[in-house]
Amino acid sequence: MHRLTLAQLAEGLRQRQFSSEELTKHYLDRIKKLDQHYNSYITVTEESALQQARQADKRLAEGGAPLLCGIPIAHKDIFCTEGVRTSCGSRMLDNFISPYNATVVENLINDGAVMLGKTNMDEFAMGSSNETSYYGPVKNPWDTNCVPGGSSGGSAAAVAAMLAVATTATDTGGSIRQPAALCGVSGLKPTYGRVSRWGMIAFASSLDQAGPIARSAEDLAIMLNSMASFDPKDSTSIDRAVPDYHTHLSTSVKGLRIGVPEEYFGEGLNPATATVIQQALKELESMGASLVNIRLPHTPLAVPAYYVIAPAECSANLSRFDGVRYGHRCDNPTDLEDLYKRSRGEGFGDEVKRRILVGTYALSAGYYDAYYRKAQQVRRLIKQDFMEAFESVDVIMGPTSPSPAFAFGAKGDDPVAMYLEDIFTIATNLAGLPGLSIPAGLVDNKPVGLQMIGNYFDEALLLNAAHQFQLQTDWHQRHPSSLEEEA
Amino acid sequence: MTISRHDVEQIAHLARLAINEETLNETTRSLGDVLNLVNQLQNADTDGVEPMAHPMDAVQRLREDVVTEHNQQEQLLKNAPLTEQGLFLVPRVVD
Repeated sequence: MHRLTLAQLAEGLRQRQFSSEELTKHYLDRIKKLDQHYNSYITVTEESALQQARQADKRLAEGGAPLLCGIPIAHKDIFCTEGVRTSCGSRMLDNFISPYNATVVENLINDGAVMLGKTNMDEFAMGSSNETSYYGPVKNPWDTNCVPGGSSGGSAAAVAAMLAVATTATDTGGSIRQPAALCGVSGLKPTYGRVSRWGMIAFASSLDQAGPIARSAEDLAIMLNSMASFDPKDSTSIDRAVPDYHTHLSTSVKGLRIGVPEEYFGEGLNPATATVIQQALKELESMGASLVNIRLPHTPLAVPAYYVIAPAECSANLSRFDGVRYGHRCDNPTDLEDLYKRSRGEGFGDEVKRRILVGTYALSAGYYDAYYRKAQQVRRLIKQDFMEAFESVDVIMGPTSPSPAFAFGAKGDDPVAMYLEDIFTIATNLAGLPGLSIPAGLVDNKPVGLQMIGNYFDEALLLNAAHQFQLQTDWHQRHPSSLEEEA
Repeated sequence: MTISRHDVEQIAHLARLAINEETLNETTRSLGDVLNLVNQLQNADTDGVEPMAHPMDAVQRLREDVVTEHNQQEQLLKNAPLTEQGLFLVPRVVD
């Protein structure tokens, strides 16, 4: 059952080949047996999962249930889930039981999806390797000596190891696309404002966006149909009708104009990764798409601009963790200032502290214009690059990450080397555009992701192009060899 | 531009963040590295470019001034480290 896609499971449930309860038990058994190797879950919610599955079975029996009804999924532990620990991968929230559900969680509950548990992640979504989690790193199912990527490493690894058929995730600078690429699964970051941020613990509010990770573009479409909505509770949610992403998948890519940015194939890109991406582009060309060379000249400024804007917003957002209302509190504080400082000093890990400090510095008196204002100006230049490109192309494609999964500790004490892991994904967040990553090949038996970037609200086009590619190729159906052998 | 140990101590105070004395040198070094990275921005020609705060330049949506939240005091206090009679407790602030 775990080898079936979400679309196939939905069909199986309707044909009464199995019940949601059987399916959910099957997944829970796999998690119990296998997750010790991957550490992809922080919390498994067995009891409530079985309860939700039984409810879903009733709803399925009545007929007319949504496609997601009875489907076992997992949420990144950044989404608030009522009555369930929501840790954000941090010691700070190790004891936090959310009193409410995030809108994304609520949408999926309304459609009958079954929550298996909460997935591991970099602390407060800050990291590209999952090594900053308080709960220990997630291991890449393709090679357990390697990182799964981050920050949604648990969500990507759980899908790759078939410990959930689909997961929710978030992407501030590449945190859906990069782990999806490194774990050989499909992941979509929608347009900024397409999916509600309400109940999603904030990192950098002008960049954060939730999206799905799954085994195919078709499954992503089914997940996005449920996740996307206008939400009055999120002041940056966009009031715009949500199309049925599933019905747009079958269009041919004939005549599709694919922009190939010169800047995404230069310095820093692993040559073997480049070859895989070039082959994928040729495949799309043979299917009738045309390749157009384009320039995105401000690309080299994306990482520097991001590492002003994201830390600045994080330093403001994370000021709420003060040891007073919720979260970690230090022992025996001498006064209020000592309470704040030690609670935060103990509750946050090194990378989170580093970003709070960078952000505080960038926003401090005398530096605001030189850093934050300058970064926001560069942000507009980056957006303008994309807008000019989209005058002559429909979609932009290139690598998701510069190289396949790297070994644990490889970039350990060098934050800048880690930040450069996201050189191809960050610009998309700064511009607020949708981006997707799908498996496109293997290098040294490790997956390589093809990134597709669309114009605002062009999720349907991205999913369509990705689905057509997946009809012609089988990279998305490959599994790690350790899981091929297992029955 | 480099950053000194003293600068880091100042910023950490502003951020209300206790930094371990033993790790202060290391923190100073890594912050310096990050600032070197972001200083690449200074070379960008941004004359006359309007700063961008929102990808679609959206403005804040307003709503009717009506009560939308119900009282959840009890539920919200459950996650607090220390409470008394419906209040959050902190060390004495005023003598």
